Amino acid sequence: MTFDVAFAWSILPSLLKGLAVTFQVVVLGFVAALCLGLTLAVLRHAGRGPVPALTRAYVMFISHTPLLVQLFFLYFVLPQIGLRFSAMTTGILGLGLYFGAYIAEAWRGAIEDIHYGQWEAARALDLPPLATWIRIILPQTVKPMLPVLGNYLIGMFKETPLLAMITIPELFQITKQIADLTYNYNETYTLLGLLFLLISVPSSLLFQYLEKRSHGKSRVA
Amino acid sequence: MANPASPDTCPSLVTLTRVVKDYGPLRVLDHLDLAIHDGEKVALIGPSGSGKSTILRLIKGLEHPSDGVVAINDCPVVVRSLSKGLFAPRRKTEHQVGMVFQHFNLFPHMNVEQNIIEAPLRVLRISMAEARERAAHYLEQVGLSEKAKAFPSTLSGGQQQRVAIARALAMQPRIMLFDEVTSALDPELVSEVLNVIRKVAHEQKMTMLLVTHEMNFARDISDRVIFMEHGKIVDDGTPQEVLVTPKNPRTKQFLRLVGQP
Ligand SMILES: Nc1ncnc2c1ncn2[C@@H]1O[C@H](COP(=O)(O)OP(=O)(O)OP(=O)(O)O)[C@@H](O)[C@H]1O
Ligand SMILES: [Mg+2]
Repeated sequence: MTFDVAFAWSILPSLLKGLAVTFQVVVLGFVAALCLGLTLAVLRHAGRGPVPALTRAYVMFISHTPLLVQLFFLYFVLPQIGLRFSAMTTGILGLGLYFGAYIAEAWRGAIEDIHYGQWEAARALDLPPLATWIRIILPQTVKPMLPVLGNYLIGMFKETPLLAMITIPELFQITKQIADLTYNYNETYTLLGLLFLLISVPSSLLFQYLEKRSHGKSRVA
Repeated sequence: MANPASPDTCPSLVTLTRVVKDYGPLRVLDHLDLAIHDGEKVALIGPSGSGKSTILRLIKGLEHPSDGVVAINDCPVVVRSLSKGLFAPRRKTEHQVGMVFQHFNLFPHMNVEQNIIEAPLRVLRISMAEARERAAHYLEQVGLSEKAKAFPSTLSGGQQQRVAIARALAMQPRIMLFDEVTSALDPELVSEVLNVIRKVAHEQKMTMLLVTHEMNFARDISDRVIFMEHGKIVDDGTPQEVLVTPKNPRTKQFLRLVGQP
């Protein structure tokens, strides 16, 4: 088996274009997942009436069905009820909804790990509930959440090939098209794998670094 | 200030009326009546599980009474859930009750000064400059001026507890509740915290309710001592009456158990 370096070099620009699309979906999808996860986690604690049960049901539903099925549902079923989104938007939404559930679950755990004395102290000072969340509780969840968020970010990145199934021209889709057209499977998929590594490993290291730094900064009593 | 400062002539600041507190089948407070007057320094003593902490928690509004009324200045104490709800109705209640806990409960992600100014900024809505001035003032009171920028985890237990006291004082409450604030400390750190409280008690007119196992401390800081057992007040009088020349046999027995003459 040969590896045609010149060929690999020639397709690199196309792959990078695909990577740019992947990036865009992941960044926006992750922001969506963060917002959703945080909201769900807080509502699970602070919500009244049926709200906590509903958030639990959502997490349950999302984590017990495959992402691909959810993406297809969003892509094919939503238009039938009049909700038309571009493939990109659908992809971002799909990843956000899916990883939002997992992030919510992890964040809930981080919130529960905070000693109840912190709540009591905030309450004893008559801090309003919103200030208690924003100033006392949530900042203390950042440190335990950093490695988890890092894992989910990379996890999301690794799930992006699924987006090819809903026609998003992301990295995997582009690579597959070139491979199928030219039969140069070796070069194309090697390059694809390398690109994934090139992004995942540094991201992973970055989160490790952030976590270490936060250890130094806010020493827990 | 003699005890009990005749309840009919002088309205009390804190009033518990026929208060019951049950945890499931366990009755922790049993139709308890208690009136504390403005400026009184009350020591609350009694065996473990007798309901001392529960009284403080009810006065602070950390718990609902199962029955009866807990009132401050004749207004029933508002109980808000610790974590439920995001938006509290904006009531006009100035901060009246401060509380210091056995385990300090400082905010670990904030330095000492930030711990102290947080609530004055957000609850009393005073300016940053004023809040920092207050922090400096109360840190000096507890003898920790040089630790303003330190994080709680770098402080000893005694220092952390003194910060917690400064944090509560910075809200300038009318009533301060201390719940066994030295029980979690190493023996050699107890006196620095007790001395701070002693100083506060002597310098400030605020009403104080202290749960303590330190009988000597109770004797020289309070002007009234309450002994309770099984959710009921058994004895209530001056430190002299309750601690030095107790008449009640159960008080006597308790004092013997904790090694008091
Ligand atoms: N949240 C709770 N759920 C169930 N039982 C509780 C709860 N809080 C307190 N209790 C029980 O209520 C009783 C009285 O508690 P409380 O903390 O008021 O006692 P205490 O007099 O402060 O005792 P100690 O000297 O040990 O602090 C104890 O038996 C305790 O186990
Ligand atoms: Mg107690």
